[in-house]
Amino acid sequence: MNCYFITGALVSSLLFSIGLQASPVTINGSGATFPAPLYMRWASDFKKSNPDVTVNYQGVGSGAGVKQFTDGITDFGASDVAMSDAEIAKVSDNVLLLPATAGTIVLAYNIPGVPAGLKLSRQAVAGILLGTVKVWNDPLIAKENPDSKLPSTPVTVVTRADGSGTTAVFTAHIAAVSPDFATKVGSGKQVTWPVGVSGKGNDGVTALIKQTPGAIGYVEFGYAANNKLTMASLQNKSGNFVAPTIESGAATLASVALPANFRAFITDPEGANDYPIATLTWLLVKKSNTDAAKAAAIKAFVNYGLTTGQQAAPELGYISLPDSVVEKVTAALQTVK
Amino acid sequence: MTLSAEESVADEGRHPIPVLPDAPVRREYRRRFDLLRAVSWLASASVVVLLVFILGEILTKAFPAVHRFGLGFVTGIQWSPNRDVFGVLPVILGTVESSLLALALALPLGLAIALFLSENFLPDSVRQAIRFVVELLAAIPSVVYGLWGIFVIIPLVQSLGGLLARHLGFIPLFEGPAYGNSLLTASLVLALMVLPTITAISRTALVAVPNSLREGAYALGATRWEAILGVIIPTAAPGIVASTILAFGRAMGETMAVAMLIGNSQRLSWSLLSPSNTLAALLANQFAEAEGIQINALMYAAILLVLLTLVVNMAGEAVLRRTQKATAGLA
Repeated sequence: MNCYFITGALVSSLLFSIGLQASPVTINGSGATFPAPLYMRWASDFKKSNPDVTVNYQGVGSGAGVKQFTDGITDFGASDVAMSDAEIAKVSDNVLLLPATAGTIVLAYNIPGVPAGLKLSRQAVAGILLGTVKVWNDPLIAKENPDSKLPSTPVTVVTRADGSGTTAVFTAHIAAVSPDFATKVGSGKQVTWPVGVSGKGNDGVTALIKQTPGAIGYVEFGYAANNKLTMASLQNKSGNFVAPTIESGAATLASVALPANFRAFITDPEGANDYPIATLTWLLVKKSNTDAAKAAAIKAFVNYGLTTGQQAAPELGYISLPDSVVEKVTAALQTVK
Repeated sequence: MTLSAEESVADEGRHPIPVLPDAPVRREYRRRFDLLRAVSWLASASVVVLLVFILGEILTKAFPAVHRFGLGFVTGIQWSPNRDVFGVLPVILGTVESSLLALALALPLGLAIALFLSENFLPDSVRQAIRFVVELLAAIPSVVYGLWGIFVIIPLVQSLGGLLARHLGFIPLFEGPAYGNSLLTASLVLALMVLPTITAISRTALVAVPNSLREGAYALGATRWEAILGVIIPTAAPGIVASTILAFGRAMGETMAVAMLIGNSQRLSWSLLSPSNTLAALLANQFAEAEGIQINALMYAAILLVLLTLVVNMAGEAVLRRTQKATAGLA
């Protein structure tokens, strides 16, 4: 019996001394699934230069991310829809919303014989989503695509079955451009779609699009690019048809005016070359932390993401933040205690 | 229920209950602390406590929605979380329809397999092999059924459904447009998933029919067909009914495969070819990102699912008792 105690004491004192020497810090975060690949990349790259700090990030969804951050389960959160005033009040204003990266949402389709770049006007998109445009050779679509051989295949709309920031951003844009859509469907993380089938997550939607001839659905640009989906060119506010690319997304982001709390929603950008459906995505960090070591680690990690980490964004399908934005956000990050 | 009863009977056969010793000795024994008794008590009590705790938790979480939406929740046909409008009638119908359709497909097939495996059509070794394979179906994880459905059943339903919609579209059940992810797809896969339940329990019931009854039927000049339909199946009816109820319960509660195949749409439609939804799939899909009153609404939906399965099981129990009484004299 005694023998065990001695070994135990030895082991624990050994562990304690190791702890004092290297003081490893683990910070846990969770939230939006959309930027998860980028955040995980940041975490692993950050670990290489800071072996003492381990960052764990779980893509559990924006809503769950805000919930877990509010309940104090995680050290930082992440959300595609920032936090509402009511949610900020729940944490007694002890939160900073920091834009970390941005992305665009595309309409991907599977129409036999029609390559990428199908031009969809605002009326056509609203018509498809409301179920008034039922076949692919509808005059509303054909008008803008005189050179395409559009089949008479029925349109199958593919949507998200689960609540999602992607749906919130997508429906906010469509509701902004189509009053009909705004009254019949509205916007939000989860809406009632008048037509079509739903799949769970970006992957579920992607699978449905790939499998169904005549399908069209909305997914993140990075996800669509990775899965080699054919994407439509959408009409923006100036009337131009813009293909989803890193450049057109960056153009959209450059024209966004950021308020002091960084909570800017892009519903219908105005620039001539702007891709119309884009969103910032936010990291949620506490303004004042109880654990100084953790606070320092979080600051270092977010700072890494905002500076060096931005270079990894385009190759994963995200849009790097403009320098002016990075400057403002890093300045705000310095106030974290 | 029937299984455990059979087991206890078999157990009695193997280990006859010892004759109880005289009263004084028994009192002596009772005075000591009986660990087994205490552990058994604790174990069975914890099951009850756990059930009460789960139901209590669901009920408290559901209460705000029950209070706010009342019965309108059950009869409402629109589910729009972005507008705080919650009605689950299409989802309840989808749950019942998909399970009934699955049963309609699986019961004749399952019963036929059970008969084939219980009567002496085949040598015993072959029967055992087939039985093993059918029961193995129950061991396949439901996500694998879902994937198989995506790659095999969906293309099948897409092409077949297109034909049905074109030629029989005037019947509301086959109204187009035909989707690959539909009520029909989910029901087909569900039918396969509940097949082992129906087959295994029905087979046990059919094997338990006394040989004297079979011989009696043949002695009276019955053909094999007459013997099966007129004597063997009626005698085994309670077991077959029990298998059907268990299968119905399983089909209603099945989540993963259904969520992958049914299309997850809360629109009211009669067509088997259009997407639908079930309570279990709705909960699985929406819970993670739900907030505010939607959480309460989902809990309300969970109560309805529990009630549905409860009603089905109680109805089944009642049917079981009546058929048992009716056939009691036979064995």
